[in-house]
Amino acid sequence: MLTMTGVCAVVAVSVLFLILGYLVYHGGTSISWSFFTKLPTPVGETGGGMANAIVGSAKLLLLASLFGVPIGFFGAIYLAEFSGGAIAFVVRYAADLLNGVPSIVIGIFAYSLVVLPFKHFSTLAGGFALGLMMIPITLRSTEEFLRAVPSTLREGAMALGASKSRTIATVIVPAAYRGILTAILLAFARVAGETAPLLFTAFGNRFWSPGWNQPTAALPEMIYRYAIAPYDDWHRQAWAAGLVLLGLILVVNIVARGILARGIAVPRS
Amino acid sequence: MATTTTTVPSAGPVAGSRSFLSRLIEGDEIARLITFLFAASVVLITLLLVFELWQGSALARHKFGLNFFFTRVWDPIFDQFGALPFIYGTLVTSVVALAIAVPLGIGAAIFLAELAPQKISDTLQFFIDLLAAVPSVIYGLLGVFVVIPLMRQYLQPALKSTSGFLPLFQGPAYGVGFLTAGIVLAIMVIPYIISVSREILLAVPRDQREAALALGATRWESTWKVVVPFARGGIMGSIFLALARALGETMAVTMVIGNTPTISASLFSPGYSIAAVIANEFTEATGDLYLQSLIELGLVLFLLTFILNGVARLLIVATSQKGGGTGHA
Repeated sequence: MLTMTGVCAVVAVSVLFLILGYLVYHGGTSISWSFFTKLPTPVGETGGGMANAIVGSAKLLLLASLFGVPIGFFGAIYLAEFSGGAIAFVVRYAADLLNGVPSIVIGIFAYSLVVLPFKHFSTLAGGFALGLMMIPITLRSTEEFLRAVPSTLREGAMALGASKSRTIATVIVPAAYRGILTAILLAFARVAGETAPLLFTAFGNRFWSPGWNQPTAALPEMIYRYAIAPYDDWHRQAWAAGLVLLGLILVVNIVARGILARGIAVPRS
Repeated sequence: MATTTTTVPSAGPVAGSRSFLSRLIEGDEIARLITFLFAASVVLITLLLVFELWQGSALARHKFGLNFFFTRVWDPIFDQFGALPFIYGTLVTSVVALAIAVPLGIGAAIFLAELAPQKISDTLQFFIDLLAAVPSVIYGLLGVFVVIPLMRQYLQPALKSTSGFLPLFQGPAYGVGFLTAGIVLAIMVIPYIISVSREILLAVPRDQREAALALGATRWESTWKVVVPFARGGIMGSIFLALARALGETMAVTMVIGNTPTISASLFSPGYSIAAVIANEFTEATGDLYLQSLIELGLVLFLLTFILNGVARLLIVATSQKGGGTGHA
């Protein structure tokens, strides 16, 4: 039985390497310079790339971070430093609930809240949907890291006469910054690969998407559309896009965990 | 909570320096207000989400009532919408996924928490964390190009020839279908089961193990008969979390389930799931009733995951507190 459990563990972990292997094998042979610089070509023409999807993803993630990170960060400060009791319980509960909402349902929500009033699929709607998903992840982990700051630091600052807001800004947040940065990066990596909430918010686009109020392509959404299409050339592009996307996500994950592990300022609770 | 007083209350100008006005000038009250607004917005957004799903599905809820859940017809042309095939597909794929993922995941968690040396356990857990970060569209991509051909050429014919007498394994081997979706889902939820179960097992108090060993139990006996039963509630919690993930999973399932609304005993049959039908038809939904029926499906999905996540969290917290350790959902 002891060996059986070991086999389970090895099987589970080997899936990661199988995924990586397949993506490197198929994606590596399909990736080229034009993948990063060219627009998709019409069906039947070979070549082309996903430059518009790469820029689209970048814009979506920028919006998502601008929307999700401040709410998560400041909300966490309120929970950890200013509140206790009932309000904090309700906020935490809401965040956990939001965290459990299936991503496709987030898409429906963003559709009725942003797409319908603007009468447009848009970068804005997609960014809103992804930002929503960043909020609970950022909020809950940031709160944990803030709480893990030793109370002696807090008391020390206050004994020197610092106001509470000054203590938070100059002592507590700097003490927890590695943890907070990790939380934000992990939230970013999590939504970078999300596809379902983009299907009817950002929608997809085979051309450049000017401004913020037009449908836009995004890498994960392109992988989906290209993988289920019947063209070999599109399949190759999908593999290449998969390799780029997974590479980005894994690198961000590893960097985030590295930040936390290096010269740990706050113990992980 | 007017103040969290840290200054010594005393008479005279010193106490006055911490009055409401001065705290306002120092920024404390402003900071409290601003951060409160951010925190409150989380609650507002969540309420708004529930409201939109409820409001957005009003037409369908009133027209079909409970029949929505028991009708097999999904016909946009005649405006007849019944969710049964999608509910069936969602449940079947999730059950298949758990049947595979639970033994594997718990086995791996026991190895990581109880048997492996710290260093190996940490390294493997690092890889498991990375695996949990792989986006679902990547699983879908591999599902389409790797799992489906494997199923069609090897696994499905093999199952048919060995256990073809069971209704589960009959019918033509298309590659796509309930079984394929279940297998892909299993691979996706295993990391969640492992991570949560491992933490729960690590939180089991040391004396439990030592007592068992002192009574002459072998290492496996102490693990299987003492540690695992102690952690049972939390492990159940991890399974519920995984189930909630599986029910709501969209992309990977959409890409491998076949997208045909069928109810069939055969796992080889192509099917459909709630999340998949929303993903495929939402942008094409012409007519209010069609769109609202899809939103009602979203509401169903939301409620299911809401209940499962809630139960899971309770179980996990209860188990961690039993051991006096700190676990988190």
